[in-house]
Amino acid sequence: MVQKLDILQETPSQTAGPYVHIGLMPSYTGNGQIFAQEVGVSPIEEGAEGEIIEIVGSVFDGTGWALRDALIESWQPDAKGRFAGQEGADPKVSGLCRFAADATSGEFTLRTIKPGAVRNRAGVMQAPHISLWIVSRGINIGLSTRIYFDDEDNSADPLLGRIEQSPRVETLIAKTEAPGRYRFNIRLQGTDETVFLDL
Amino acid sequence: MTDLGPLIPRNRAIHPEPYDPGYKTSVTRSPNLPLLSLESGPSEETGPAFGHGLIGALDNNLILNWTQGAAPAVGERILLHGRVLDENARPVRNTLVEIWQANAGGRYRHKKDSYFAPLDPNFGGCGRTLTDDEGRYEFLTIRPGAYPWPNRGNDWRPMHIHVSVFGHSFGQRLITQVYFEGDPLIAHCPIAATIKSRAQLDRLVAPLDLAHSRPQDYLAYKFDIVLRGRRQSMFENKLEGM
Repeated sequence: MVQKLDILQETPSQTAGPYVHIGLMPSYTGNGQIFAQEVGVSPIEEGAEGEIIEIVGSVFDGTGWALRDALIESWQPDAKGRFAGQEGADPKVSGLCRFAADATSGEFTLRTIKPGAVRNRAGVMQAPHISLWIVSRGINIGLSTRIYFDDEDNSADPLLGRIEQSPRVETLIAKTEAPGRYRFNIRLQGTDETVFLDL
Repeated sequence: MTDLGPLIPRNRAIHPEPYDPGYKTSVTRSPNLPLLSLESGPSEETGPAFGHGLIGALDNNLILNWTQGAAPAVGERILLHGRVLDENARPVRNTLVEIWQANAGGRYRHKKDSYFAPLDPNFGGCGRTLTDDEGRYEFLTIRPGAYPWPNRGNDWRPMHIHVSVFGHSFGQRLITQVYFEGDPLIAHCPIAATIKSRAQLDRLVAPLDLAHSRPQDYLAYKFDIVLRGRRQSMFENKLEGM
């Protein structure tokens, strides 16, 4: 017998299912009486530094249908690129948001501030981005991706630079619709499939 | 902040297959193209922290929290408890654990659930808590019932509780389901079967834990959770400011 590795295995994932909102966004399901304060209602408080932006979009399945039951979490730094808890971080930026596709239209809205740039482990500056984690019925393990912005210089971003097929880079870039308003559609499968991450 | 090192990459072989025709909804909701792999960075290694001020006194008591203590939910009273550890077997302290579930008859308090088993007027079905210094958590709840779902002609979900854990970094984010020891429906469930190894699936099955049950009050089930760990080596440089 060789030596034993003293490492545990991660717990396997399972789908969040169609009723994920009961647990993570109770007021979305009309069950708001249960907790005094919910998690991830907004990533910013009144008075957060930086440019207020809105990102709208939908999560489409392989047939082009917008999911009505998707739940998304976003995680981002403040306008100077500092994450909550880091020294000098804006106390009015919690950085976490939970938002859901509308049960009728399938459209989501994320209201936040434009994040500042952050260096990666190698010290290379990354273009400003927001991390996303998507769960729903039919998604067996949460999907990770990033939102970049079409009005920023994304040319030297190390993650985008790793995408072999350059047209696929576009799937991670939110498009300006109006000042301070972007559209970011997520395509789970098929034509223009969004780049999903394993990191 | 000390740099704890990059996250250990996920071993996706232990996780469910994203595309699994037995679970019909996954067919159109699974990416066709490979995921893009990269070493984790600050975006994945940082994460939200939750203060104790967030959690109300009954937040982890699903028997009482829907009525704020006025009347208890109907069903088999159970304590669901366990520890949250990382892959290096270190306790994950002060992290948010959230659960949701159907009532004793298998009915969810959600407008899209039209199963004719009635709602329990004294049961909401969601709870949350923060782990303690040893990474321990506990919930008092009722054991959820099995319920039918429109997948194949006669599919029934085993009794299960959905569990969501944050850890300390966004890259550790995990949602899973807890099943109960001895439930014969586990072997028939297409969602459970998205995990291809029975040994891995069994890691989601909570054993009956008589030692932690309270006589004349509730039974206990134990469910330990492992999140991704961090890779730290004496050879690896520390990042300024991380």
